[in-house]
Amino acid sequence: MDYDTLLQLLASMVRLGVPLLLACLAGLYSERSGIFDIGLEGKMLVGAFLAGAIAYTSGSAWVGLLAAIGISVLFGLIHGVASITFRGNQLISGVAINFLASGLTVLVGQTWFGLGGRTPALENSARFEPITLPFADALSGVPVLGPLYAELISGQTILAYTAFAAVPISWWVLYRSRFGLRLRAVGENPAAVDTAGISVVRLRFTAVMITGLLCGIAGAYLATSAPSAGFGKEMTAGKGYIALAALIFAKWRPVPALGATMLFGLLEAISIRYPNLSLGPISLPVQVMQAAPYILTVIILAGFVGRAIPPRAGGEPYVKER
Amino acid sequence: MQKMPKWADVALIPLINLTIAFLISAIVIFAIGENPWMALRTMVEGTFLRAEGWGYMLYYATNFMFTGLAVSVAFHAAQFNIGGEGQATMGGLGVALVCLAFPWPHWTVALLAAMIGAALFGAVWAAIPAWLQARRGSHIVITTIMFNFIAASILNYLLSNVMRPVGSMDPASARFPEGARLPTLHDMPILGQIFDKNTPANITLFLALASCLLVWLLIWKTRLGYMIRAFGKSEAAARYAGISPFKIIMVSMIISGALSGMMALNTVMGYSEKLILNSVEGAGFIGIAVSLMGRSHPFGVLLASLLFGFLYQGGAELALWTSIPRELITVIQALVIMFTGALDNMVRTPVERLFLMLRKEGQ
Repeated sequence: MDYDTLLQLLASMVRLGVPLLLACLAGLYSERSGIFDIGLEGKMLVGAFLAGAIAYTSGSAWVGLLAAIGISVLFGLIHGVASITFRGNQLISGVAINFLASGLTVLVGQTWFGLGGRTPALENSARFEPITLPFADALSGVPVLGPLYAELISGQTILAYTAFAAVPISWWVLYRSRFGLRLRAVGENPAAVDTAGISVVRLRFTAVMITGLLCGIAGAYLATSAPSAGFGKEMTAGKGYIALAALIFAKWRPVPALGATMLFGLLEAISIRYPNLSLGPISLPVQVMQAAPYILTVIILAGFVGRAIPPRAGGEPYVKER
Repeated sequence: MQKMPKWADVALIPLINLTIAFLISAIVIFAIGENPWMALRTMVEGTFLRAEGWGYMLYYATNFMFTGLAVSVAFHAAQFNIGGEGQATMGGLGVALVCLAFPWPHWTVALLAAMIGAALFGAVWAAIPAWLQARRGSHIVITTIMFNFIAASILNYLLSNVMRPVGSMDPASARFPEGARLPTLHDMPILGQIFDKNTPANITLFLALASCLLVWLLIWKTRLGYMIRAFGKSEAAARYAGISPFKIIMVSMIISGALSGMMALNTVMGYSEKLILNSVEGAGFIGIAVSLMGRSHPFGVLLASLLFGFLYQGGAELALWTSIPRELITVIQALVIMFTGALDNMVRTPVERLFLMLRKEGQ
């Protein structure tokens, strides 16, 4: 494999990994606060749909992004009302949200555009264009590092840079801020947080809203970040579940989340580029690569390689003592 | 003290939940510029006023009974088996391997063997997550989701590389032998007068009904069923009473997986007569809605399956005759899961208060 191929593979990894990263960080906030969220898929899907639809009608990718965030936060709030206010089963609520998203996006998309659930193709300012970082052209002649800078680090869209910036920010928020301390505490022992006079309900609602925000950006990335040009039916195609897998793989920590999502992105990139990967005597069929994130997650969850322990209060509705 | 009479818990609350779900569905239809009343009429006419409609409704209902019972059995043991989709996929593989193994002399023999194949493959696919939960503490919801995707990949690989007949481009297995063809309702005495030649509902409908009865007997009339329920209500109490958590998780999930797997008898053996990609078509997930709506009781599951069978057949009619896409059914399904499942307390708490108030006044 030559250097150019490697760069292309890495570029493809970033393109496939960024939505996973955003969704994974989204899930991190919710799950760290003790609210399981298997509805990442659905929130990303409605986000992607509305980003595509509104970017097309308004002609501005930014308006589309806002709409995506809005609807995704709204879906997050539905999850919050069901699982925090009414103490319903968080998993069931997540399942419902995924189906709601899957059905509504086609239903509304077909009504608005009549394209069988697709949104019309986006052009120019209706989608996020790649940003060329300074000196990218000038430095592209430098051996090894030049092309890396010009083709991989430069030339991503603002949403991709946002995703990568969200990693250190999330790390700081989680481990260095007062909010983060409380967030982690409420996921481990909500009664203690309550005793300290901090509202469990408010903390958890804040967390599910941050989850909505990040899922909305993930959806907008899928639909409106070049080279994408619009929303397609069932666009997320299980990415929300892979992000969930990555979250477990990263053991609910932001920096490993970057590694896990990029690994899964790379696996997908390889499976697209080499449908039948031959490793010397054996040849791996494309399905092995596709199933790899799920198999790896099961292995990690089983604790055979580094145990993943979820936040202790995850999935349990908090009932205040009387 | 019971907060409200039993009938309110069993019938009133689910009815209110469903009414809310359907009202919101009607609003959704209205919002996309269609007439909810006309939509309902199209669905009812397409299902009940045509023989074929009945056939399809019962065909879908058969699937949902199996997956709904599967989710229910696991629910009773406080396990959320979200992997019905994968278990049914693997069940289909079991059915296909059995059906293609011999030139079966008669469908009765083939059905018995295929039942074992379907149940075994489904059970194994549920047993692995169950073991991981019971022994390694990995959350069963996450593992069963992962196993859905892994099953899809395995099936995809097998159909495109191994089971595909030479010269065929379709990712599908060879057609099953003639002796493995199951009789449809049309082929049966008496029923054959009602159902026409194209009816997809087949003998597995009766298997599903029998499963409802067997699950009811298992859960409420046997020692094992009692242990499953006790464990589901309180793990600590069950453990104290000498019930092994490992055994209950394994047994309940194996039964659950076997039931999901048996769904493939209907779709793969009874309908497509060869193994195709995605023959499950989301029925594994609908099992969740069916089980929630039916309060995990086999009779409730039966009623809910019929309702969802109607919704599925009606949805197909809608897509055919109106401009409302089939996905409306997905929305209704989501709302049913939301209101009968996650938002149950929203209705339950006020109704309980109401009953308490009435009781106080009565005294």
